[in-house]
Amino acid sequence: MGDNMVNKRYEEIVAKNKPKEDKFKYALTAFFVGGLLGVLGETLIRVYIYFFNISRNDASTYMIITFIFFASLFTALGFFDKLVAKAKAGLLIPITGFAHSMTSAALDYKHEGPIYGIGSNVFKLAGSVIFYGVVSAWFFGLIRYLWEVLICS
Amino acid sequence: MYFLNSFLFCGLICLIAELILDNTKLTPGHITSLFVVIGAALDSFGIYDYFISKVGGGALLPITSFGHSLIHGALLAAESHGFIGLLMGMFDLTATGITAAIIFTFVFTLIFKAKD
Repeated sequence: MGDNMVNKRYEEIVAKNKPKEDKFKYALTAFFVGGLLGVLGETLIRVYIYFFNISRNDASTYMIITFIFFASLFTALGFFDKLVAKAKAGLLIPITGFAHSMTSAALDYKHEGPIYGIGSNVFKLAGSVIFYGVVSAWFFGLIRYLWEVLICS
Repeated sequence: MYFLNSFLFCGLICLIAELILDNTKLTPGHITSLFVVIGAALDSFGIYDYFISKVGGGALLPITSFGHSLIHGALLAAESHGFIGLLMGMFDLTATGITAAIIFTFVFTLIFKAKD
C-alpha cells in the first residue's frame, strides 16, 4: 500500500514539474522570426541593388549567400544552436537552417578526421534535402516537359 | 508591399512548419525534405514563380525556394537541350547556394571547434 501511495505522489510531482509545451508561443515565435528574416532578405536585396547597381536576380543570389555566410559563422561560433532552440522552425526552414545543418554536422564529426569525419558527414542532414529535392524536381520536371512536348505542341 | 508580403509569406511557412513540428512526430529533417518537394511541385505549374513576383525576398528564403530553383534550372535547360536538359540544368540555379555553403563550412570547420 505504501509503495502505491509513493508512486502516485511521484507521478503527481512529475506531472506538475513537466515543462509545459506552450505550442501557441512556439508557433508565434516561429512566425515572427521567419517573418523578420523575410523582411531582412527583401531589405538586403534592395540594399545590394542600390549600392552595387546590379540586377534583382544577382542581388537575390548575393542575399542568399549573405544568409548562408552568417548562419555558418554563427553556428561555428557556437551560439546559433541556442537561437535555434528558441526560434525552432523560424530559423530551420529558411536557408539558414540548411547552412546550419551542414556546419554543425562538420564540426560535430571533426574529431574523426578530415575524410571520414568532415567530408562524409557534412551532408548528413542537408543530404536528404538535396536528394529528395532532386528526385522530386526531376519527376515533376519530366511531367511538365512531357506535358509541353506532347500536348501543347 | 514587398516588405509586408515578405514578412507574411516567410512567417507563414515557418508557422506551418512549427505547427507540424509540435503536433506530429516528424523531425526538422522530415519537414525540410517535405517542403523542398512541395516547392518543386508548386513550381512545376508556375505557382511559385507567381509567389516570387508578388513577395520578393521573402519567397526566396524558405527551403521551398530550393526545390523551386532545382526544377526551374532543369526546365530552362530542357528548353534549349531537350530531354537531357532535365539532367544538365538541375543544379544551375542552386549551385551558388550549395557551393557557398560547402566553402564556408570548410573554412569555418578548419578554424573553429565544436562547443560543448
